[in-house]
Amino acid sequence: MTNYSLRITWLYPRLMNIYGDRGNVRALEQRCRWRGIAADIARVGIGDELTAGETDIYFFGGGQDREQVAVAADLRGPTGEAIRRDMAADVVALTVCGGYQLFGHYYRPYETEDLPGIGIFDAWSDAGPDRFIGNVLSETEWGTLVGFENHSGRTFLGEGTRPFGRVVVGHGNNGQDGTEGAMTRNAFGCYLHGSLLPKNPAFADHLIGLALRRKYGPDAMLLPLDDTMEGEAHAAAAHRAKQTR
Amino acid sequence: MSLLPDLRLTAALATAKGTYRATQLLGRSGGTAIPGLVAERVDPLLIGKLAARLPEGAIVVAGTNGKTTTARMLAEILTAAGKSVLNNGAGSNLSRGIATAFARQSSLLGWPGADIAVIETDEGAFPGVVAAVRPRVIVLNNLFRDQLDRYGELNSVAAKWKIALSRLGPGTSLVFDADDPTLCALADAAPAGTSLVPFGLGPHAYTLPELTHAADAVLCTKCGAPLEYHALSVGHLGDWYCPTGDNARPPLAFAATNIRLLGMEGATFTVSHEAARPFDITTRVPGLYNIYNALGASVTAVTLGVTSEIVAGALRTFVAPFGRIERVALHGRRLTLALIKNPTGANEVLRLVTSATPAPLLLCINDLIADGRDVSWLWDTDFEMLADYPAPISVSGIRAFDMAVRLKYAGVPEERISVVPTIADALVAVAEQASPDSDAYVLPTYTAMLAAREALHTLGALRDVWATAERR
Ligand SMILES: [Zn+2]
Repeated sequence: MTNYSLRITWLYPRLMNIYGDRGNVRALEQRCRWRGIAADIARVGIGDELTAGETDIYFFGGGQDREQVAVAADLRGPTGEAIRRDMAADVVALTVCGGYQLFGHYYRPYETEDLPGIGIFDAWSDAGPDRFIGNVLSETEWGTLVGFENHSGRTFLGEGTRPFGRVVVGHGNNGQDGTEGAMTRNAFGCYLHGSLLPKNPAFADHLIGLALRRKYGPDAMLLPLDDTMEGEAHAAAAHRAKQTR
Repeated sequence: MSLLPDLRLTAALATAKGTYRATQLLGRSGGTAIPGLVAERVDPLLIGKLAARLPEGAIVVAGTNGKTTTARMLAEILTAAGKSVLNNGAGSNLSRGIATAFARQSSLLGWPGADIAVIETDEGAFPGVVAAVRPRVIVLNNLFRDQLDRYGELNSVAAKWKIALSRLGPGTSLVFDADDPTLCALADAAPAGTSLVPFGLGPHAYTLPELTHAADAVLCTKCGAPLEYHALSVGHLGDWYCPTGDNARPPLAFAATNIRLLGMEGATFTVSHEAARPFDITTRVPGLYNIYNALGASVTAVTLGVTSEIVAGALRTFVAPFGRIERVALHGRRLTLALIKNPTGANEVLRLVTSATPAPLLLCINDLIADGRDVSWLWDTDFEMLADYPAPISVSGIRAFDMAVRLKYAGVPEERISVVPTIADALVAVAEQASPDSDAYVLPTYTAMLAAREALHTLGALRDVWATAERR
């Protein structure tokens, strides 16, 4: 297990930094480190240069509406192009909330112009009349994920786009069709804050495993970690989700 | 002013007083909300009518962090100056809580029974309270990101405040922390007749090396460029300027200089004013963030004509309210309770704890409505500061395991984190981890703090659970 190293690129950490999504980067970093995998974090802000082919895992979190406008504009330049090329090459990505919306075709606010996304997911989002706020349980291939949603955007998936999960508790993509998030190739999008990965370690490891196998071949293996504490936090959050919604 | 009794107001006050007695008889916690709620149903204009009859008017204090401490400091200074002061307590800073405070103190005929009111308001309630009360002075502390599931995004809170401030009556004083660029932009929206009193910190030795993760990205309101700082003190507060040269912190009417932090024991500083003699403040309320609170209260009192001797005297004996650095003895150990509720506030408490004498530490995290249902904010808080904390750390509350996981990922070795789900048990345990006559620190969220105080009351460590909450 020596000499593995992963580059995690954190998109717009200064602007898309609310709702505790930093915990996802922390979880990827620590779960690599605890296994002796070197993880370096590259932070890409507005106007920064991003080179395709250097990233193993992207993370893109949620931000305030005003910041999302600035980020959408930046994504229309070379950064968006680099991400698109990496996604076509099966680079791993986790996007949450505002980041998820900008990985779709567009976000349509009430009165102002559409914010164009980079179209990784065949999905689009419209502003809704109110916010979906509360605990979420989402049934996925990697078990029941716990998280917290807080969004006014309603996201709809194109035909043939696979949802990331199905909501057991909460509203998910749009409050209508029971879907939560989207996935395409190795890119995942969802509305799950919380942070997502620390309390859902199996899915965190799935992302790390995907990135390792893509980079080092199918034999690259992850050593198991003691996730007792994470399991307790997951159980407590799931219990609260059922109690509070 | 009409001398005829206002029947609707009298009916509302009678209802409120009756309801208040009933909640007291039932032993209901606090009874701060319901009387005001029912009274405002009878007379929705209650707060405004009573405020208009205060001989010396009303002061409204708002801000994300420190408003309770600032309001309480100001109330104590004004009391020391011989005034009778109406002050709503912590946890009753919504319109209904303010109505309760007014109704309790006023006569049935609607005379407020105080010279002056110091009203603390919640960020969301601020525009409505200002419109109702028409305050003589507004004190704005800061605007940080807070409980997004309750308050929404910072930008939308700021936009609502801006509208409220643009409607201020002529002659209103706006005392504000000019170290907060967001507040400076809001102050610009106040109408021409407003008297602006910017305060902030002078040069000091406790600057942050860089913006913390929790600090909101602050963009210049004139050109959109990211702001820079000559000195950064708390969150995004500091001596800020725009690198393009079109915007900067305004000249301070009052500055805190000679700042000295004395660990958990308190702090000293000088209030400097261009036109007046500087005066020294000593406070037992510790931490750089509390310098802002003490300065804001001092500046407001001086603006109201209180002498510097009275200000300094009142602050020297001031004891922090209700869980904001509250000291309690348990089993012969000194417990210090410090509320944590949002990333910037929690970061400051962690700065304080890690700069004080190391002592067993207990973090109590709840996720009830008053805490914010969403515990994501734990991940925006720099618990990394505790990675090498030299004393035991334990966690408790409804989301104890979320806190434990946060510490684990912050780099605290797992074996050093103990989980004690029940808050009462956790308090006893943390006290017993400390040697007799020494300290332990307890950092609870809002409802965890209420639970801790109940538990301390049951354990005989706290005489009256609500004592400091509703002293007046
Ligand atoms: Zn500028």
